[in-house]
Amino acid sequence: MLIQENKSTLEVQPRNEEKVKKIWKTAGILLAITVVEFIMAFTMDRGIILYFLFIALTIWKAKYIMMEFMHLGEEAKPLFLSIIVPLIFLVWLVIALMKEGSEIFLLRW
Amino acid sequence: MSAHSTAIGVSPKRGTWGGGNEPFKASYGKIMMWFFLLSDIFTFAAFLITYLALRVSYPTYAGPESDFLGSNEYWPVPELVFEALPFLHGVNAPLIFVGIMTFVLISSSVTMVLAVEAGHRNDRNDVVKWMLWTLLGGITFLGCQAWEWNHFIHGTDGGTVLTYVNSLNRIVTETVFGANLNVNEYGPPAFAQLFFFITGFHGFHVTIGVFLLFLCFYQAAVGVYDKRGHYEMVEKIGLYWHFVDLVWVFVFTLFYLI
Repeated sequence: MLIQENKSTLEVQPRNEEKVKKIWKTAGILLAITVVEFIMAFTMDRGIILYFLFIALTIWKAKYIMMEFMHLGEEAKPLFLSIIVPLIFLVWLVIALMKEGSEIFLLRW
Repeated sequence: MSAHSTAIGVSPKRGTWGGGNEPFKASYGKIMMWFFLLSDIFTFAAFLITYLALRVSYPTYAGPESDFLGSNEYWPVPELVFEALPFLHGVNAPLIFVGIMTFVLISSSVTMVLAVEAGHRNDRNDVVKWMLWTLLGGITFLGCQAWEWNHFIHGTDGGTVLTYVNSLNRIVTETVFGANLNVNEYGPPAFAQLFFFITGFHGFHVTIGVFLLFLCFYQAAVGVYDKRGHYEMVEKIGLYWHFVDLVWVFVFTLFYLI
């Protein structure tokens, strides 16, 4: 009885090879960006240019994770916008607090 | 598939105001998961931006790498702090261990998205297989983080001589080993405080994620989702798991690269 209940009643569809291929490709891109970041950490001089590049590459990675892994791009446009638009305000918070931090730096040292 | 996915929306138990209809052409659960994640992004953003603000308010260590010593006067260089590997005591391997951790978490995100893909096809065997790999990745990551914390707390063999205000409000000069919330051998107190709070909060999310993954793996294996008619739960838990990966990408950049 229990075994019968556990039997799948849903129709199993064949693997979508194209989709799976795209997933592995995205994974490859994410790893490649991380490797590039590693190389940059050891070869480039520390400074604002390097930090800017790190943050840009990180946001690029975040874009891949949200669009390809979380399928945000496939959601309806209003849902997509209601997730993305609030995040734009965070950019302002980053700029404001970076400025605040460097002012504290000037006061202290 | 389409017949099943529309069945999610018209559950007789839920009216229009109970989330029964599909405002964004997505199910109630998925929309709520997205908005929960949005609020969680704000929490993490507050932590991470605080890190950035405090980071730029301190000078950075500028001398040659071989002469590096921790001090509460300047912020430490990450590759000189995180340079140990388990079982290889004394081996200088900058950022290798955290690289492995990042690789494990990204891999587990990949297997999760493969589980979601299998869920779309109602393929129970594939879902169970990929969920198991994801679960393994999550547990491995937590183990790595436990080691990382352990090493960070106990510190290096030599320690660093620091002058600081101790818990009894006295100014003392002594050799400090490792890190706690009051003082640490690597840099200013804020460095260790932020490390503990941010990686701790992230680790807490991973722990909850592992619990949810196990639940999802178990339910998929015993056929709960087959009976329900759809594998949407895999998708929702997948969203949470990718979010954990997303946050780690930022933690990695801020703590270990900048």
